[in-house]
Amino acid sequence: MKLVLNVWRQSAPDAPGSFVRYEPSSLDPDMSFLEMLDVLNEELVERGEAPIAFDHDCREGICGSCGVMINGFAHGPFGGVATCQVYLRDFRDGDTLWVEPFRATAFPVLKDLVVDRGALDRIIAAGGFIGVSTGGAPEANTLPVPKREADLAMDSAACIGCGACVAACPNASASLFTAAKIDHLSRLPQGQPERPSRVLTMVEQMDREGFGNCTWHGECQAACPKRISIDTITRMHGDYLRAKRQ
Amino acid sequence: MNFEAKIPGGPIAQKWERRRREVRLVNPANRRKYRILVVGSGLAGASAAASLAEMGYQVACFTFHDSPRRAHSIAAQGGINAAKNYANDGDSVDRLFYDTIKGGDFRAREANVYRLAELSVNIIDQCVAQGVPFAREYSGLLAVRSFGGVQVSRTFYARGQTGQQLLLGAYQALERQVGLGRLRMFPWTEMLDLVLIDGKARGIVARDLRTGRVRSFAGEAVVLATGGYGNVFYLSTNARKSNATAVVRAYRRGAAFANPCFTQVHPTCIPHTGTYQSKLTLMSESLRNDGRMWVPKAKGDKRDPRDIPENERDYYLERKYPSFGNLSPRDLASRAAKQVCDEGRGVGPTGLGVYLDFADAIQRLGVEVIRDRYGNLFEMYEDITGENPYERPMRVYPAVHYTMGGLWVDYDLMTTIPGLYALGEANFADQGANRLGASALMQGLADGYFILPTTIGDYLAGSKFAPVDESHPAFGDIEREVAARLAALMSARGTKTVDAFHRELGRIMWDDCGMSRNERGLVRALDAIRKLREEFSRDVNVPGSDTSLNMSLEKAGRVLDFFELAELMCHDALERRESCGAHFREESQTEGGEAKRDDANYCHVANWEYRGEGQPPLLHEEPLVFETIQPTVRSYA
Repeated sequence: MKLVLNVWRQSAPDAPGSFVRYEPSSLDPDMSFLEMLDVLNEELVERGEAPIAFDHDCREGICGSCGVMINGFAHGPFGGVATCQVYLRDFRDGDTLWVEPFRATAFPVLKDLVVDRGALDRIIAAGGFIGVSTGGAPEANTLPVPKREADLAMDSAACIGCGACVAACPNASASLFTAAKIDHLSRLPQGQPERPSRVLTMVEQMDREGFGNCTWHGECQAACPKRISIDTITRMHGDYLRAKRQ
Repeated sequence: MNFEAKIPGGPIAQKWERRRREVRLVNPANRRKYRILVVGSGLAGASAAASLAEMGYQVACFTFHDSPRRAHSIAAQGGINAAKNYANDGDSVDRLFYDTIKGGDFRAREANVYRLAELSVNIIDQCVAQGVPFAREYSGLLAVRSFGGVQVSRTFYARGQTGQQLLLGAYQALERQVGLGRLRMFPWTEMLDLVLIDGKARGIVARDLRTGRVRSFAGEAVVLATGGYGNVFYLSTNARKSNATAVVRAYRRGAAFANPCFTQVHPTCIPHTGTYQSKLTLMSESLRNDGRMWVPKAKGDKRDPRDIPENERDYYLERKYPSFGNLSPRDLASRAAKQVCDEGRGVGPTGLGVYLDFADAIQRLGVEVIRDRYGNLFEMYEDITGENPYERPMRVYPAVHYTMGGLWVDYDLMTTIPGLYALGEANFADQGANRLGASALMQGLADGYFILPTTIGDYLAGSKFAPVDESHPAFGDIEREVAARLAALMSARGTKTVDAFHRELGRIMWDDCGMSRNERGLVRALDAIRKLREEFSRDVNVPGSDTSLNMSLEKAGRVLDFFELAELMCHDALERRESCGAHFREESQTEGGEAKRDDANYCHVANWEYRGEGQPPLLHEEPLVFETIQPTVRSYA
């Protein structure tokens, strides 16, 4: 199998970047996209060139480390997967791929395809938790949670924090990321006491980090590897208005 | 070296309570005077860092990832054990204790394991309070399922993403403390060495991976929660960056390493395909609740599995271990799979595979029930293999998954270096020679939420600390050593990539220190590792510079430390001339090919002391005393 890659190369945060063309040899359709980059990097090192920096870790779609734009789509054009779950058999022999980092003001490029997504941690630190300290928890079955609500909370909690929603959004908004956490916690009885303050502090932090606002393009939902629904954003807006009024 | 485990006296059920009564305490107003450095932000690290910060200590937490939420605990799928007895099926703290000791083939400390079983119930309470969305019944109460090596249902789960949800709970608790300004988080920061002053752990030297800057951090205690070392084998279910550098550096500074040869091979992973393959993917043990494992009875039977009639199939786990069947413990299930493949009955293109078949369960329960239970795992399997497991059986094969060995710790989780603690998979304490499924999450959180926050005060309150900051000359000395090590890696400018060496090391270890070991192979491996290590220092090619993000350099340092550990694992495997749990010495087996333990000679923890470059490590034995449970032949038949 043959593919032509145009990969964004940028040596440092302040350095200018550009696309560089590669034609990796010996590709196998059963290889994953990241394994292709591994193989290409080994070739580059053997040729005395700098390997392509890209973030990755678990390689099974759960850690959220990996993520690049492939032909303009965050995590590639297939939907419902992280970059590490993209396989070469999904492309056609001879395809040309344009590979870029996730781009957003709040995600500065560190090198090549690696960006700094620390802003997402700061949104969580601003309120994405239930404020219980270790030790004082009541017996686990004290509070029943209807199965349906628990399942919906789990749907939102499945977010892997990869930032694809931001990269896919024309406004570089982190609304889906923020709303998913708010939705997870606000569906549970344990999350009620902090529900109003949580939405205010998290949204405020999102703005402060330089993310844009949601204008309902829906690109985030299409790119999300965990298929988190934009319904969560509606609920976040509802919570926000209620909290503001209080 | 001092191997006093400091296990409290008295009956087993009262030991932890007694220890809690006896520990010296640090008054809440004084806690902010103590700086605690927590390395690692997985279940153990994040839960410890958050809990210590909540108590008022000055905590700094370090991770080489871009965010603490990336730690490999995130990938744990199946569940977490707790002796809640919600299923009303006869479970109890005693039974969880017994199952875990027996599962570990009587090579863990009784007192530690009992405490783990006791704390298991508090963990579930804590996680539910944090909003972890565990699976629930229609009543709204928590759901449980069963796991390998037990006959009760005590495993709590959040779909196939239990590790993720538990880690996010701990991560959110940690970020809450960051937001409150009580905890400093250092992402992109990799610990490269440990600093001792007056014999106590007083800090670390770490490298900022973005800038290459090497700097020191001083404190009164250092906590290593840096995970296991399965990646010594190159291919494992561990994440690509999981590494052993922190524990190896601690070992070289005087922390003893316990039972390094105890490595768990998980029976159900997606089989290996090509040389480019970067990792192996686990298929959760929970699948064995409903999936049946089989191979054809005839050698070399290449028919489509669906065309092989029932009487020509060998459901080998159900045949060998009728009372536990498909939920036999991991070590037995892995060896049984290897055995049938060695006999030529393996399936798939390489012959290294067995079937995990859901056809019966789908017929009995309907496809919707199976989708609800395992949907995301089935999807993951299809993404990787291109085959639909609803229609044809999964093909699986054993792969390296977890390491029971780790830094030696006493009952307080302190290593042989005063002030240095090890938590979670990084220590050796609770899993014996084989870990049961859904027990790693339990141990990580017990250590981090409950044990360390109690025991660390005893050390802090009972020690005199000279005032030390990063300007102390000891830090400068170690910084220079670290810089020299990095420079040596950069300057070799050889011809082979780091990955090429790592792959070769993995092959040596899998062949000779993997699922089955013998003296000849281990001696051969030691020799091969030594040669490969020499070649590495001469001929490795690390491109780029050490003053910016350089993933080849990061990897090179980690592989160098894997060499050290690989040798140690082989020494330990060579010295332990018995079979127990995951450690199978071919010289010690029954006529039926089962593991033969030798309690007369090996009922001990094997602790290894580092004695310098090129010197063989020194073995110290800590005898294991069984007061409550009599070690027996471990039977699952």
